[in-house]
Amino acid sequence: MTDTIDQAESAEVLDRLVIRFAGDSGDGMQLTGDRFTSVSASFGNDLSTFPDFPAEIRAPAGTVNGVSSFQVQISDHDITTPGDEPTVLIAMNPAALKADLHRLEQGGTLIVNTDAFDERNLEKAEYASNPLDDGTVTGYRVLRVPMTSLTKDACKPHGVKTRDAERSKNFFALGLVSFMYSRPTEPTLEWISEKFAKNEQVVAANTAAFKAGFNFGETTEMVGQRYEVKPATLPSGEYTSITGNTALSWGLIAAGQLADLPVTLGSYPITPASDILHELSKHKNFGVRTVQAEDEIAAVGVALGASFAGHLGVTTTSGPGVALKSETISLAVSIELPMIIIDIQRGGPSTGLPTKTEASDLNLAIYGRHGEAPLPVVAAKSPADCFDAAIEAARIALKYRTPVILLSDGYIANGSEPWKLPDISNYEKITVPFATETNGTDSEGRDVFHPYLRDPETLARPWAIPGTPGLMHRVGGLEKQDVTGNVNYTPENHALMGDLRADKVAGVARDYEPTQIMGDEDADVCIVGWGSTWAAIDSAVQRCRRNDQKVAWVHIRNVFPLPNDLGDILRRYERVIVPELNRGQLCNMLRANYLVDAQPLSKVAGLPFSAREIQHFVTEGGQS
Amino acid sequence: MSDTAVTLTTKKDWSSDQEVRWCPGCGDYGILQAVQQVMPELGVAPENTVFVSGIGCSSRFPYYMNTYGMHSIHGRAPAIATGVATARPDLDVWVITGDGDGLSIGGNHLIHALRRNVNLTILLFNNRIYGLTKGQYSPTSYVGKVTKSTPFGSIDPPFNPLSVALGAEASFVARTHDLDRQHMMETFKAAHAHRGSSFVEIYQNCNVFNDGQFNEITKRSVRDDMMINLVHGEPITFGSDVAKGVTMGDDGTLKIVNVDDVGIDKILVHDKNHHSPSLAFALARLNQDDNSPTPFGIFRSVERAEYASEVSAQVALASEKSGAPDMTALLRSNGTWIVD
Ligand code: SF4
Repeated sequence: MTDTIDQAESAEVLDRLVIRFAGDSGDGMQLTGDRFTSVSASFGNDLSTFPDFPAEIRAPAGTVNGVSSFQVQISDHDITTPGDEPTVLIAMNPAALKADLHRLEQGGTLIVNTDAFDERNLEKAEYASNPLDDGTVTGYRVLRVPMTSLTKDACKPHGVKTRDAERSKNFFALGLVSFMYSRPTEPTLEWISEKFAKNEQVVAANTAAFKAGFNFGETTEMVGQRYEVKPATLPSGEYTSITGNTALSWGLIAAGQLADLPVTLGSYPITPASDILHELSKHKNFGVRTVQAEDEIAAVGVALGASFAGHLGVTTTSGPGVALKSETISLAVSIELPMIIIDIQRGGPSTGLPTKTEASDLNLAIYGRHGEAPLPVVAAKSPADCFDAAIEAARIALKYRTPVILLSDGYIANGSEPWKLPDISNYEKITVPFATETNGTDSEGRDVFHPYLRDPETLARPWAIPGTPGLMHRVGGLEKQDVTGNVNYTPENHALMGDLRADKVAGVARDYEPTQIMGDEDADVCIVGWGSTWAAIDSAVQRCRRNDQKVAWVHIRNVFPLPNDLGDILRRYERVIVPELNRGQLCNMLRANYLVDAQPLSKVAGLPFSAREIQHFVTEGGQS
Repeated sequence: MSDTAVTLTTKKDWSSDQEVRWCPGCGDYGILQAVQQVMPELGVAPENTVFVSGIGCSSRFPYYMNTYGMHSIHGRAPAIATGVATARPDLDVWVITGDGDGLSIGGNHLIHALRRNVNLTILLFNNRIYGLTKGQYSPTSYVGKVTKSTPFGSIDPPFNPLSVALGAEASFVARTHDLDRQHMMETFKAAHAHRGSSFVEIYQNCNVFNDGQFNEITKRSVRDDMMINLVHGEPITFGSDVAKGVTMGDDGTLKIVNVDDVGIDKILVHDKNHHSPSLAFALARLNQDDNSPTPFGIFRSVERAEYASEVSAQVALASEKSGAPDMTALLRSNGTWIVD
């Protein structure tokens, strides 16, 4: 670590800090949060972020709907969540205060840009009186800072226009908290020069604002005690800060490399999945082909066509897109080709809450197709885990020649955490044996290719790709005869093919590691989680156990087919609790499959769980 | 895997062992024969050929070709074929669709495949009816068409498939019909030779639900007066007794005239390579509003960047610039730090 922290000697040491930057969409809060995160990451803190965007791109400025927030928890120990309640809230305008004050912990620090608390802004935020004066903010440590005017003053000597100067106030805020929480300044100053290199004025303004914020903290008495969060003792290694969507994109690229197959992505822009399309489009040197299709249906069509041609076909979307792709996914089930469908879940139904998180597509993923059309479903648990989850999805798809749905959600897609770079050479190669030889004889004894003659162990059918002489064959959505693949409508064959498709997918569970019971195996209560609730459950379990409450915890990565040992495990517990960001979709599956009295802890609010909500439910035994 | 050398095949090599199951007398038989017969002339190998279809009577087609094939979902063949062609520019990819499949449920995919100019040979069997679902009017049925779903006559105006294709920036547009095998074969051959999306409308008789739909045009007894054979570089003329031709009126619209009345110099010379699609568009609509003679042949054939080649070129350029794929470098690309 080459960066030194100015005057760190005087700082009081905290083990963790949750800070939330909130402002209007135009105030640059995501950028500010990102910077704070990057600096903290390279400083060595463990961290977890939660960007919270407004749903509308251009919600009226100054309104509560237009508030954009970024929450990050940094700590000196291993953490998995962005924290339940911020310790510090930076509110750049009245709307931000209105939207986020209730989240701030009692006695927490509130930093407000007083310049923004004028009559117009108060009105837009629907405040009848100024909350800074009417008792609204009592109980918090309030730092009133005229950030806009101080930023303007700081920029003036550099000849920056007033309007441009005003835009730099987020860097003033960043400078101020950088002082307060003893963050290194050099990386941010360097970053500003690089990022805005094309515009000297902007570099000058942002630099001046950042320094002014920092100096303001240093020279005024207002800030009082400085704090510091020491680096975490993370396992040694090389780290990067990663979001779920980036990890997922890289996982797909890695899967292509491990399988020695080109990746072809068909995608249609949709929040919060578009970043995967953007990321993969950058890496064509890995042989990745990306097609921005005319619609969701075409996107999955492109993926399936590419798979038919011998590529790893992938499509990325969110819930509404999965609904549109459903018919093609059924075709993929029928023609038994590998394909990966990625669903970055968001609040529904319909357009719902595009920028907010939810995990309510589990039923859609598992059951959302016409006919009996089973397919494996994998769910990622954290931003970094998206990398391995993508590789796992590819492994299953290629081994079993089946479409696989990979579930992520807006929370982990946009959230970030430090990630110890994996050694890719430790990953097992994915073998893809394309069929090259005929595998049967016809009634006249001639060698022929039987596209539905299955591998006896995996039940996967052979994958013969165009270009292979002698193996020409036709696939299609009409029911096919076992072995020959010819169109066949007989009752016996349809029943057999239905069984074979189901057995093949059920067989995927044989490859799973035994289910791990975390926490206290001998507890009375067991929490069952899947997907991104992993982080909040992890914190909740730790808290329960610190309070001497025994609790067991099982996390399910393969949500379909469920692990073979899961039923036996769950039957051992008196209470089974299933926290989900939906109305109990996995919970109902567990009840139906294992006849256990699993209890749902549901949250459908467009927000992730807080650890406290889960802990409370475990402890009190009722709705939190 | 690409097989660029001339491959010696016979019609039999292109026929699968599956029993052909269209209604007896269906125009689809003639089209299948023409395709199977022309394939050996294309110098390509069955294993490098892929037929993708949607749903409908015509979409059964791939089952009868001894090539790689996919009978996919209603309307989606152009999208799936785009995936095949983009992944594997070395393959010959054909799309078989119909008026309902390609212009109704799959209209969006068709126009975007044409716009992108993906290297596909698209054969649209136009019988102006839904055959597989037993006789509802289609997006190419004429106003007033009485069908099971329009007992009082259909009220929505039809699409002209060639207008749609030209409007979608198609680089190759042609029309042929199911009664003339030679013409079909020539047209398919030219469509196949074209690099990019080739769109061929085939007038196809559905003798069960829409019999004789094209009789007034393609029947032998009327053909000479009702069909205009477009020949590149030649004046656009036709007619059995009297030589007729197509000329452009003062208002810019096309008119059919007696050649002798105006003189051969006034007759339009067909130019399929013209950069503007205007004339092709006008020709495609010559019979739109009345029973005017109908042009057949290649309306348009222009060179334009082909989608899959462009995708491959970007992949190649990226590989050249960034060198061999390096996973570790990718993982480090957003900046890293070391924890001791
Ligand atoms: S219904 Fe019409 S188009 Fe379909 S197979 Fe029969 S004749 Fe041909």
